[in-house]
Amino acid sequence: MTTPNNLSRRLFLQRAAVGTLMAAGGSTLAACASGGSEDDAGSGGGGAEKTNENPFGVKEADPLDVVIFKGGYGDDYAKAHEELYKKKFPAAEIKHAGITDITPQLQPRFNGGNPPDVIDNSGASLLPMSTLASTGQLADLTELFDAPSIDDPNKKVRDTVEPITLEAAMLEGKPLVLDYVLTVYALWYNKKLFAEKGWQPAKTWTEFLALCEEIKKAGIAPLAHQGKHPYYIGQILLDMAVKHGGQEVIKAIDSLEPNAWKHPSIKLAAEALLELKGKGYMMQGTEGLDHIQSQTAWNQGKAAFIPSGSWLENEQKPVAPKDFETTATFTPLLDGAKLPVDCTEISAGENFIVPSKAKNRAGGLEYLRIMLSKEAAGKFTEMTGSPTVVKGAAEGKKLSPGAASASALLTSGGTNNWVTYFATWYSTMDKPIRNVYGELAAARVTADEFCNRAQKVADDTAKDPKTKKQTRS
Amino acid sequence: MRHGSYRFVASFLALPLALYAIFVISPFVQAFYYSLTDWTGISPKFEFVGLENFQTLARDAVFRQALGHNVILLIGVPLFTIFLALVFAYLLNVGGKANSAGVQGVRGNGFYKLAFFLPQVLSVPVIAVIWSVVMTSTDTGLLNSVTNKLGLGTSQYLASPKIALYCVMWVLIWGSVGFYLVLFNAAMSGIPKDIFEAAIIDGAGRFATFSRITLPLLWDTIQTAWVYLAILALDAYALVAVMTAGPGGPDNSTQVMGLQIADNGFQYGRAGYASAMGVVLFFLTLLIAAVMLRATRRDRIEY
Repeated sequence: MTTPNNLSRRLFLQRAAVGTLMAAGGSTLAACASGGSEDDAGSGGGGAEKTNENPFGVKEADPLDVVIFKGGYGDDYAKAHEELYKKKFPAAEIKHAGITDITPQLQPRFNGGNPPDVIDNSGASLLPMSTLASTGQLADLTELFDAPSIDDPNKKVRDTVEPITLEAAMLEGKPLVLDYVLTVYALWYNKKLFAEKGWQPAKTWTEFLALCEEIKKAGIAPLAHQGKHPYYIGQILLDMAVKHGGQEVIKAIDSLEPNAWKHPSIKLAAEALLELKGKGYMMQGTEGLDHIQSQTAWNQGKAAFIPSGSWLENEQKPVAPKDFETTATFTPLLDGAKLPVDCTEISAGENFIVPSKAKNRAGGLEYLRIMLSKEAAGKFTEMTGSPTVVKGAAEGKKLSPGAASASALLTSGGTNNWVTYFATWYSTMDKPIRNVYGELAAARVTADEFCNRAQKVADDTAKDPKTKKQTRS
Repeated sequence: MRHGSYRFVASFLALPLALYAIFVISPFVQAFYYSLTDWTGISPKFEFVGLENFQTLARDAVFRQALGHNVILLIGVPLFTIFLALVFAYLLNVGGKANSAGVQGVRGNGFYKLAFFLPQVLSVPVIAVIWSVVMTSTDTGLLNSVTNKLGLGTSQYLASPKIALYCVMWVLIWGSVGFYLVLFNAAMSGIPKDIFEAAIIDGAGRFATFSRITLPLLWDTIQTAWVYLAILALDAYALVAVMTAGPGGPDNSTQVMGLQIADNGFQYGRAGYASAMGVVLFFLTLLIAAVMLRATRRDRIEY
């Protein structure tokens, strides 16, 4: 042997150091400078005369720095929006970045006190919204919602958007985020397949079970779900529970009320899922599949229904057969339900934010105002197939089967459509709850155990002194 | 040393030392500091909270679970990896026919070496993706269809909380054996062949030559391998993050400390708390490495 003992020991020390560093993740690296200057960087732009056309007083020559999450919607729509901005302020230089790793790229900029002017803070590595809000990093959007709208200067922006926008904007009691995309959550099926077999989506639980039996006999799994991401099956659980017990069920959960998860409707919905699993209606092995694997199996006709949001059709375009008709439908009603069957969960998504320390904050707000014009929103819907929160912007546009059926569900649900916020409000609660959904979907817990474990997660969150409790009206 | 040679030596060391200081030492010092704050990770402002993070950590059930899983990996990964690598290296070196021409390895040992080393060339996420496809949970999954045909039945693999951790452990072992095989192989070929031949003439069988000659002469290398593998087992973050449900699931069954650090630091907005975990992991790694080196210390054999 040639390696003397002391050398290997030194090597090990070095390795130990490097190993731990790698285990400690980039957090230490990325955090090289947590302490940027604490004083506000510059004036936040603006300063020009405030008019109806330029309500925030954007200086024409101020550059605009835009960072877009380049996920399922791509970032071409943002380039179209930037062109609209450029048309209005030809002298402004626009810096565009379409990225997926928001946190790694933007964390140092926030810490250094030089964040971009507009960010679409979305995707898997988004900056935690609740933390951004509680540390005062976000500009108040009250100014934006009270500004005159682009299409009709006599109308305020707040009157041109779906009401969910104003509710979803609230963090820490202030409007801090513009959620631009309207997402419809549903059970999805292939209308072509159903037409061929003569099947109809079911309205009641009894009908649904009968339908599942028929589908199973045809050699197809009635329901697949994205087991590696149990969030999807949780969507079905909550949808059935809310429709059974009414909006109070989800409002209690979002407000971290005691025993919110022990509500009889939650338990009933949990029992319903267990029944599906017990009767063999869930696709075999779906618990271990990720969203791509399970959705592809669904596209291949191995499963009849799958839960997802209205991005599904776009997401599956590369693998779906040409004649596949992605269609949204509602979850069935459990016996004694308070809400009608034809409503569902909706959300306003894609978190557009303007950092409070942005150099051109006024420009950022103006960019958002432009996004909320019918022209910009229409472009978004055309390019992505997804509706926005701008009222009437999709009118007269030609929609794909998925988008059309999602819009129909949105309309039929009306004010019965429901929203939930706990996953965004309490970042520490989201993952543990998904964990419990996964256990339920795999039938490793009973309905009672599910309710108890979920309630424990909620109670722990409520007890945590770092949690900023929020309540829904 | 002659005058001026210090400057010469220093000029060579300056750059690596500077890089080491900036990218290794400084983040470490910072992590220690942040572990005493309530820093969120995305704000320039934070408060000093003393040892509060460590107190919370002591009561953190999920972190304790993660620690337990790391301990299982810490025992299993070095044990199996070193065992397999030793056996294979031995076979490649002296496993073939022994005759008057001397001791040889098995036939085609170059090919085997290449085959075993291959995983080392792949990046960890690639390995993770390959194996999660192999271990797909449906009955039509790759491994499941094979075992089913053979009449061994099927398994849910990563979707089963009972065995998910062991699936990850297997992939860790599979990915490491090749490197240590080559390492042990190189060390073994450093042992003079006449020692083996003398032993064989004296009537020693394969097992005796292995346990009485190879193993003692390889001790230093094995010791190093053990420490490296222990560090690997304390991490395991990348595999868990890519392969498992959640990640870290199902039902936290594959939580490891590295994942907890990432979750707290990036998802929960608790970078100060995550730093405290990092500090704990740092001392744990140091401690385990020191204990292992102490416990496995032997007198060196010169040859």
